[in-house]
Amino acid sequence: MSTSMFGEPIARREDPRLLTGQGRYLDDLGRDALAVAFVRSPHAHARITGIDVDAALDVDGLVAVYTWEDLPGPVGEPLPLLIPHPALTHGRTGYPLARDIVRYAGEPVVMVVARDRYLAEDAAERIRVEYEVLPPVVGIENAAAAGRLVHDDVPGNVGAHLVQQTRDAAGRDAPAAVEAAPHRLEFRLDIERSAAMPLEGRGVYARWDADDGSLRVYSSTQTSTSVRMAVAARLGLPKTKVEVIAPDVGGGFGVKIVHPWPEEVLVPWAARLLGREVKWTEDRREHFVSAAHERGQVQFVRVGFDDDGRIRGLDVRILHDHGAYTPYGIIVPIITSTQLLGPYKPDAYRVEFTSLYTNTVIVTPYRGAGRPQGVFCMERTMDRIAAHLGLDRADVRAANFIAPGEFPYDQGLTFQDGRPLIYDSGDYPRMLDMIKELVGWDGFERERAAAARRGRRIGIGLGCYVEGTGVGPYEGGHVEVDSGGRVHVSTGLTSQGQGHETVFAQIAAAELGVPIEDVTVTTGDTRRFGYAVGTFASRAAVLSGNAIALACRRLRDKALRIAGEALEADPRDLEITDGTVHVRGDTTACIPLRTVAVLANPLRYAFDDEAQRATQFATGGSPDEPPVAEGQEPGLEGRDYYSPVRSTFAAGMHAAVVETDPDTAEIRILRYAVVHDCGRLINPRIVEGQIHGGVAQGVAGALYERMVYDEAGQLLNASFMDFLMPYATEIPHVATDHLQTPSPLNPLGIKGAGEAGVIPVSAVIAAAVEDAEGIRVDAMPLSPDGLFRLRRRAAADPGLRLPRVRV
Amino acid sequence: MKPPPFDYEAPRTLGETLDALAGGGKVLAGGQSLIPLLNMRLAAPDRLVDVNGVAELDTLEVTAAGVRVGALARHARVERSGEAAAVQPLLRQALRHVAHPVIRNRGTVVGSLVHADPAAELPAVLALLGGTVEAASSGGRRTIEAAGFFTGPLECALAPGELAVSAFFPALPPQTGTAFAEVARRHGDYALVGVAALVALDDDLRVRAARAAYLSVADTPLVLDLTEPATRGQAGRPPGAADWSLAGADAAGRVRPDGDIHAGADYRRHLAGVLTERALAEAARNALPGER
Amino acid sequence: MNGERTHRIAMTVNGTYREAAAPARRLLSDFLRHDLGLTGTHVGCEHGVCGCCTVLLDGEPVRSCLMLAVTADGHEITTVEGLATGGELSPVQRAFQECHGLQCGFCTPGFLCTVTALLRDNPRPTEEEVLEGISGNLCRCTGYQNIVKSVHRAADLIAEAGREPTL
Ligand SMILES: Cc1cc2nc3c(=O)[nH]c(=O)nc-3n(C[C@H](O)[C@H](O)[C@H](O)COP(=O)(O)OP(=O)(O)OC[C@H]3O[C@@H](n4cnc5c(N)ncnc54)[C@H](O)[C@@H]3O)c2cc1C
Ligand code: FES
Ligand code: FES
Repeated sequence: MSTSMFGEPIARREDPRLLTGQGRYLDDLGRDALAVAFVRSPHAHARITGIDVDAALDVDGLVAVYTWEDLPGPVGEPLPLLIPHPALTHGRTGYPLARDIVRYAGEPVVMVVARDRYLAEDAAERIRVEYEVLPPVVGIENAAAAGRLVHDDVPGNVGAHLVQQTRDAAGRDAPAAVEAAPHRLEFRLDIERSAAMPLEGRGVYARWDADDGSLRVYSSTQTSTSVRMAVAARLGLPKTKVEVIAPDVGGGFGVKIVHPWPEEVLVPWAARLLGREVKWTEDRREHFVSAAHERGQVQFVRVGFDDDGRIRGLDVRILHDHGAYTPYGIIVPIITSTQLLGPYKPDAYRVEFTSLYTNTVIVTPYRGAGRPQGVFCMERTMDRIAAHLGLDRADVRAANFIAPGEFPYDQGLTFQDGRPLIYDSGDYPRMLDMIKELVGWDGFERERAAAARRGRRIGIGLGCYVEGTGVGPYEGGHVEVDSGGRVHVSTGLTSQGQGHETVFAQIAAAELGVPIEDVTVTTGDTRRFGYAVGTFASRAAVLSGNAIALACRRLRDKALRIAGEALEADPRDLEITDGTVHVRGDTTACIPLRTVAVLANPLRYAFDDEAQRATQFATGGSPDEPPVAEGQEPGLEGRDYYSPVRSTFAAGMHAAVVETDPDTAEIRILRYAVVHDCGRLINPRIVEGQIHGGVAQGVAGALYERMVYDEAGQLLNASFMDFLMPYATEIPHVATDHLQTPSPLNPLGIKGAGEAGVIPVSAVIAAAVEDAEGIRVDAMPLSPDGLFRLRRRAAADPGLRLPRVRV
Repeated sequence: MKPPPFDYEAPRTLGETLDALAGGGKVLAGGQSLIPLLNMRLAAPDRLVDVNGVAELDTLEVTAAGVRVGALARHARVERSGEAAAVQPLLRQALRHVAHPVIRNRGTVVGSLVHADPAAELPAVLALLGGTVEAASSGGRRTIEAAGFFTGPLECALAPGELAVSAFFPALPPQTGTAFAEVARRHGDYALVGVAALVALDDDLRVRAARAAYLSVADTPLVLDLTEPATRGQAGRPPGAADWSLAGADAAGRVRPDGDIHAGADYRRHLAGVLTERALAEAARNALPGER
Repeated sequence: MNGERTHRIAMTVNGTYREAAAPARRLLSDFLRHDLGLTGTHVGCEHGVCGCCTVLLDGEPVRSCLMLAVTADGHEITTVEGLATGGELSPVQRAFQECHGLQCGFCTPGFLCTVTALLRDNPRPTEEEVLEGISGNLCRCTGYQNIVKSVHRAADLIAEAGREPTL
């Protein structure tokens, strides 16, 4: 049964621990550690003119207070710009503690260390920082107008500017193709800011071991290996003296991929300096004002198309708000501008983005990472075209699809990994049929009429996307069988609830032919695996999954070779079932893997009965050959890496039926349907869970969540009372269906699934509300008040009403 | 997000409580409003007087005259009480909209009145019904009418050193119905606008009086008498029915809400009209014999 | 500032008498987690909205971040660590595992406590009652689909257990 593990919806192995309160999240560790609190800037833009810590000094339990002046050498240098890009001509990063100028409300200015967090907050409250307030830049358009600057040396507030384009068969660029097309439309779209908002905030806990000069750091991170490099570099320690461990992590969704956060440098530094355990656990208010946000964009679209709705030219200009600094580069707008194309193939495409500084919290990837904005743009465009031509919205999409026979399909652009944007596989027409069926697209006009007779207003919407998943550069896997027959799997990337312990165990069990109960998996612990990139971009299963599979295959080869010697059989005739190597078709000639593990490690000393069999007087072997043969290593283990040439492209289509209240303008999702293709499924239940969670975050972004800044750059809704993360009562039932077009790019044929659920939701809900109301929806999220105002505007301006005539 | 330090007293009797309060300090009841403020350090009282151990405040008395809710009666207890619902159904109708079940397990009805959040349900209920709050201090007792109790946003008529011992919600007279309607962004959130409505029918089951109280449209609960628009144009309609849209329009014209990040003033005014219409219609239905 | 006054706080936690000294301002959530070392109760907002910190106070679910530990003095508390009996998962815990009702697990202790009380009071909740019952608990991972399923499944498991003859 073990080999059929792959593809099974088996129960998760992390659950028993998490269900009984035995999980270990960051703040569960280091009970005796000193606690850290920060004095953060109350102003969006200001010059620090003085810091007076005197009043804090008599707080009982205070241990230390640090400002930028106290930070030595590299510790006080600006944080690294993690992903440089030639277009990012004016990249800027902040200091771990603000130096002279603060550029967003929430930027850390003073670090306080005390016996516990209560006392640390007492002390922080008493520290007086004098500011000379500077005029802030808030809002994308104000940033673009550049009446004021966020950084004096960044003209126009422009951090990056990038153009990519393709030409049609006649050699025309998109503007020319638009001009030449039979029909043209021009419009603007807006998406507001939101945030990943995991329920566990960030956190760092560090222990300095003075005896051997080593540092152990726990961080609630999506990339422990990279945090390790960053900490080692800043603290001037060799990598071998720094270990970083991601314990159980209470959700990440992108925000925890950024590193090193200021706190990830400061806490280990203070731990070493003080020779004490130090811990910082972010509270919710800090998370709102000092972790990252995402999504905010303004898009200007020009599109030309023919009578069937085929896009002849698409010309998009994007203004992207990246906040006060750019530590994570311009990954988000790059993804928006490339993934915008989805399953479609416009004849000519031109996209230009300008990435702008504002005096707000930094913007880095949040689940979907720029794709929701791109898909919003493309799908709104499709709906516009359909409305303009009076065509079925699904038909217009079908007219623009890449056909199943056209793979691999080269979009002619450069993707976020610097590689060409080439789709590997997919079947979009089939998927469209499936989603129409699942949501009841074709019967909808009857449903609408029936609802209307009861005074109810309903509408339907559809959205498609393609998601580049599993970006490189690489991940690795290590597998070892011990002399008890237990299989230890490790990989460097981290887990935040995706069930990696289960999925990777499934892969190992299937590859090795061992019972899954014998497999244990460790992720995100540099003590076990030092080389890794991190968990983001729906890459864990693809990258680490394949690396682990390859490592298992190495181990398996070795096991068969050793067993072949012991059984005097040709390794090619052997297979492994239930943890035992045997001759194919004959289970009597067999040897358990644990024995193979013993034989793989020739010993001098016997430390238990099993080991005795491998000691020098017990093994036979030729006296003329070395006990470890040339080219071989002791131990039954395998290590390998998977480094894909380029991303693999998952795809999906969502559809929803919504009801709008004619009186209160409340919006309710009546049903939500998802068809999803992430190649071969390792564990359908886990994939489904990922989709559910993504859809909920999508619904949140479409109808509830936004970051509301006032003109002074104050975040007005920095609490769960006012940032409206949906409860169960706000999330509709989600129906799912799967299509499996295996990826030809990797050994397992899988594609990523982590982000898919969230990507098209705003587009789908906008389309459905638009359809229910007959009023154009150009901006998301949409609140009841927003819909109310839209109705008023449409009453005054018929141009906002949909031209589509319903039958 | 940890509370600042404070002195703490945990009296066991009403007398001890009043003595403690005489020395200054803030009452801690359910803590569902006060502790978030402490955690965010938006409040920093020198002293807390925790009344959770004062058993004699944990009362719920239902008589023909009405429902008297003691200072320690939790929302959940009042909500569950069938007796209370029978005498004054508006309490349960409104309590269902107060936060989530788990918050209602701790939060107190009296605490909610004293907290006097303009977006809270119960102040509107007390105001609509013309209830009272019983206040006590080491200097004596007094009864405060609802009309004079709510003095501003998060402000009430209690003096320093005074404890709200109980609140009284008068019983619903015969042939009278109530209803509660609100729109909140998420289920359980404070309402963008909420309406508590009361309709009284005469012996011919025609609308005799209609009133509504509003939350989130003013600094304090706003009570409007809508009898005139509600009775206008009743002719020819079945018992308990009327053209409620007239009352809705009248209410929308009379409220003066502010806008905030969740809803603009125009939308709130519009909602006040829609919800008035809905709540009055339901209240009138509930006023019909056999409906309560 | 001199050392803060502490109070001896005693309570029964998961059936065991526990006592520790803490200042009056210590939140019950912090007292459980840091003073008593029961870190299964999680803290996600500290202003009463997320529900991660939900524990049972004399059997009723409450927010431990909105309660002072001193107020809980003399009361009985059940945390997620106390839901399983004799190493065996409770029906609610088992249902969450079976239905994949958790991902990162951070919200889970709050859901488990809330649902345990919900099903005790209402062993066969309707879909609407389930939604209302868990309406004060946020989850950022699951989209709630499988949590709702888990609640119904737990109701089944409890009913099945009730039918089994007691030994
Ligand atoms: C997530 C969340 C959502 C909520 N949603 C809503 C909602 O939708 N609608 C709503 O109405 N409420 C809501 N609340 C608040 C809740 O109803 C509170 O329970 C209530 O407002 C206050 O009651 P309490 O007993 O908890 O008072 P506490 O928090 O203990 O006290 C509140 C204030 O009243 C004072 N006080 C309390 N009792 C007395 C007394 N007897 N005498 C003198 N002073 C006293 C206190 O000193 C303090 O200033 C919500 C709370 C939370 C955490
Ligand atoms: S931590 Fe208590 S409700 Fe969020
Ligand atoms: S499982 Fe992660 S928040 Fe619920």
